[in-house]
Amino acid sequence: MNEMIKMVVVLTILSSFSGGLLATVRNGTKDKIENQQLQFVKGPAIENILQGASNDPVADRFKIKDGDVERNFFVGIIDGKTNIVAFESEGKGFSGDIGLMIGINLDTDKIVGVNVTTHSETPGVGSKAKSDPKFVSQFTNLNLINEFKVKPDGGQVDAISGATVTSRGVSMGLTQAGIIYKKLKPQIAEQLKSFKK
Amino acid sequence: MAKSIVQEFTKGLWEEIPPFRLVLGLCPVLAVTKTVENGIGMGMATTFVLVCSNILVSLLRNIIPNKVRIACFIIIIATFVTVVELLMQAYAYPLFLKLGIFIPLIVVNCIVLGRSEAFAFKNPILPSLADGLGIGIGFTLALGSLGAVRELIGNGTLTIWETTIPVLGSWYQPFTFMVEAPGAFVGLGLMLCLMNLVGSK
Repeated sequence: MNEMIKMVVVLTILSSFSGGLLATVRNGTKDKIENQQLQFVKGPAIENILQGASNDPVADRFKIKDGDVERNFFVGIIDGKTNIVAFESEGKGFSGDIGLMIGINLDTDKIVGVNVTTHSETPGVGSKAKSDPKFVSQFTNLNLINEFKVKPDGGQVDAISGATVTSRGVSMGLTQAGIIYKKLKPQIAEQLKSFKK
Repeated sequence: MAKSIVQEFTKGLWEEIPPFRLVLGLCPVLAVTKTVENGIGMGMATTFVLVCSNILVSLLRNIIPNKVRIACFIIIIATFVTVVELLMQAYAYPLFLKLGIFIPLIVVNCIVLGRSEAFAFKNPILPSLADGLGIGIGFTLALGSLGAVRELIGNGTLTIWETTIPVLGSWYQPFTFMVEAPGAFVGLGLMLCLMNLVGSK
C-alpha cells in the first residue's frame, strides 16, 4: 500500500514540475517564436502578396480581436494607398492544418493573392499547393466573399490532380477567410484609416 | 563500476558510439543526415536531452519507485525534448524547419531511454553526466560524419551554419542516390563495415 502511494506521489510531483517548467519556457519563448515564424515562413508569403509595398508589412501589422482569438493583419502601402491587407486563415488538409496567407483589396473585396504558409501535406503530391504557383494563382481576382469549392464538389476551384483533399482544404481555408473578412471588415477599415495619418 | 569518469565519457566516442556500435537510434540517423548541418543539429539537440535527462534521472534514482521508473523517465525526457523544440523554434528556426518532426521524435529515441535505464538509474550524478555527454557527442559525431559522406557524394557540397561550401567543383556529377533514403542505408552500412574493419585489428 505504502508503495502504491509513493508511486502516485512521485509521478504527480514529477508531472506537475514538468508542466511548470514547460509553461515557463513556453512563455519565455512565445514572442521570439512568433517573430521567427513571421520572418521565415509568413514573411516571404506576405512579401509575395504585397509586392511593391513601400513599407514593412510585418512591422506595420495590427491585431483585431475575433471572439477569443487575435488575428494579425498586415498592411502594405502600395502607390501611397493602404487598401490592401493580408491576413491568415487555415483549412483542414490531408494531414493537419494548411495555413494560408490571403491578400485582399478592401475597395473591391477581390483577392490580390493567396499563399500557402505552413502545411504537412504529402511531399510531391499535396505539397504542390505550396510549390506550384499555378494552383494558388487561380484565386487571384476572385471575390473573397464567396464559397470556394473544388470542381468535383460542384465548385469552381481546379483541384491539384491526386490531391483533392488538399485542394479542398485550401478552398475551405478561403471560405473561412471570407467569413472572417466579412465579420471584421468594418474594424479593418477603421484601423486602416488611422494608418493613413 | 571501476571505470573512471573520463572512461565513462570516452566510451561514448568510440567503444560504444551509438549508431555504429550499439546500432541504436537509427530512425534519426537515416532520416536527417542529408547534410552535415542537419546531422550535427540533430546530434546537438539529442545531446542536450541526454545530458539533462541523465542528470535528473540520476538525481532522482533513489526517489523514483522501481515499478513506475519507465513512466518517470518518459516524463523527464519528454519535458526536455519539448524544451529543446521550443528553444530551437525561438533561436534556430531554419534548422527547426529542416528537422521538423524528428525533434519531437527524440522522445522515442531508444538511446535516450536506454541511457536512463541502463546507466543513470544505477549511477551517481557525475558519471551519469559524463556518460550522457560522451554518448551525445558520439551520436553527434556519427550523424555529422554520415551526413558529410552522404552530402559530399550525393551533392558535392558540405553545409555548415547555412553556408554551403562546394567542396567538389562543378566537374563533379552528383550521385544523388546518396541523399535519398536508400542511400542512407547504404551509407550507414558502409560506415558500420569500416568501423568493424578498424575495430577488428
